[in-house]
Amino acid sequence: MDLALEITNLNKSYSTFKAVKNLNLSVRKGEIFALLGPNGAGKSTTINMIGGSVLPTSGSIKIMGHDNQTHFVKTRSLTGIMPQELQLDNFFPIGRALKLHSGYYGYDDDPKWRNFLLETLQLKEHENKKPVKLSGGMKRRFMVAKALIHKPELVILDEPTAGVDVELRKQMWDFVREINSFGVTILLTTHYLEEAQAMCQRVAILNKGELVTVDKTENLLSKVKTSKLIARNVSQNNLDTLVKDSVHIQHKDNALVFTLNEQFNSQQALSFLNNNNISFSELHTQKAQLEDVFLELTKA
Amino acid sequence: MSNNSTTQKLYVRAQKFSANKPFQTLLKREILRFSSLFSQTIIAPLVTASLYLLIFGVGLGKNLSILKEFSYLEFIIPGLILMGLIRNSFANSASSLFMARYLGYISDFLTTPLKSYQMILAYTIASLCRGFVVGICVLVVSLFFSPISWQHPFYALSIAFIAGFLFSQFGIIAALMSESFDHLNVFTNFIITPLIYLGGLFYPVSSLPGIWERISYANPLFYLIDAFRYGALGVYHVNPSLSLIVCLLVALILFFTSIKLMNSPGRLRQ
Repeated sequence: MDLALEITNLNKSYSTFKAVKNLNLSVRKGEIFALLGPNGAGKSTTINMIGGSVLPTSGSIKIMGHDNQTHFVKTRSLTGIMPQELQLDNFFPIGRALKLHSGYYGYDDDPKWRNFLLETLQLKEHENKKPVKLSGGMKRRFMVAKALIHKPELVILDEPTAGVDVELRKQMWDFVREINSFGVTILLTTHYLEEAQAMCQRVAILNKGELVTVDKTENLLSKVKTSKLIARNVSQNNLDTLVKDSVHIQHKDNALVFTLNEQFNSQQALSFLNNNNISFSELHTQKAQLEDVFLELTKA
Repeated sequence: MSNNSTTQKLYVRAQKFSANKPFQTLLKREILRFSSLFSQTIIAPLVTASLYLLIFGVGLGKNLSILKEFSYLEFIIPGLILMGLIRNSFANSASSLFMARYLGYISDFLTTPLKSYQMILAYTIASLCRGFVVGICVLVVSLFFSPISWQHPFYALSIAFIAGFLFSQFGIIAALMSESFDHLNVFTNFIITPLIYLGGLFYPVSSLPGIWERISYANPLFYLIDAFRYGALGVYHVNPSLSLIVCLLVALILFFTSIKLMNSPGRLRQ
């Protein structure tokens, strides 16, 4: 199996704090792979170790079969990385900065590709502005352009859509899918779990520096035994009092959300509605989402 | 959003990877940076040097006689040229690298194929360029006050090169060791400035009382200024060959220190 990324026994400690603990992970060539986890799980530390801006305490990282410590010239020229932090060189307008950025990776500027990126990411009209003059969403898109400017084989996007509005977020993911369609491997993190669910073939979940699980997205979803029954436009005066002590029922946005599992089934949910004379206009079920998997696996 | 085949065609790399390109690009960036800020990086030090020439050389200097063969103005001109070069070589590498660390965009370089020594060379060459531009400008201004006929121009040029290189390394070290602007200013205010003023720029160290004269021999700036003055006027306090050796040694020590610091965990990479 051709691997784009192979992480073996990776550890990172800051003094006594262990940010990443014995991580073993591999990403196949041409895959879209998500690294998920709550804040402080070790996702960005792992990504920065892959990129080379953070040194591992121990363990190894191979990119396209090359060790990223001993053959870093090769691995870094193959990798495009978009870090999570908005730390930008404000000295140059973004068009000029992109020209330089391709050179940092050892390649001449390709004006056609640069202009294509600026247009696709809707930054063309801002190319003469310095990053400090851009909005948060524009800065993120500029960072995506920087990660792609040298046409890497492995693209790592750490929270690429944070602060980007819905329409542009969709367009950005379409573009990522398009690049992936001709074999570019994508490793991403996002807090929008529905995006990860829609985008990724496989998902790894980290928690407190440890790998909790890694599997195909559909396998992870099938592992969760919960689903939801939602009653919309509910009316009853004492709803909040009625659901106050229940771990299975939530009242939000004028709807009652029943979390169904082995302890609480749909029959019990319907009885609850009936026994308490709760009227509703719509009733539907929802399968387990990646968010449910994530919450179940990281709740400890 | 975009046509798939167009994207795929554009994504094909037309050129091969060039191992020197990252270095050349960082050097270009550094030169573009200081040249686009020329009012701060070139004009301001030029005004300072002109004021020194006017106040110490023309004003106070009329009444001072340090060397029989030369006026006071002629005595200080080589030192002022070197001071401009040194200060700006230091300031360029120190401020540019520190800002990249402080504002976090150093990660733009750390995730690229740039090697540590390539980063050091790019910062050093750009700093040398800025130092030489300022030094040459001070030289040109000094011609309006008192033209000097250079006695050993190639020797003077070698010393100027070593001085710029040495203080570029010192700037890199300062940038790597500083965690705040205050730290960086400590290097400028408490190390560079005293070294310059106690290095015999405005007076010959032989005019100092015994112990202070001996202390001056521990100041690398003293050897640089004395050697550069030898290149300009032909007079010296310390044998020029010895000065050359001392300056080269200090420059090499600082070069290896900056490489070691750049590769030390916690300076650039966590």
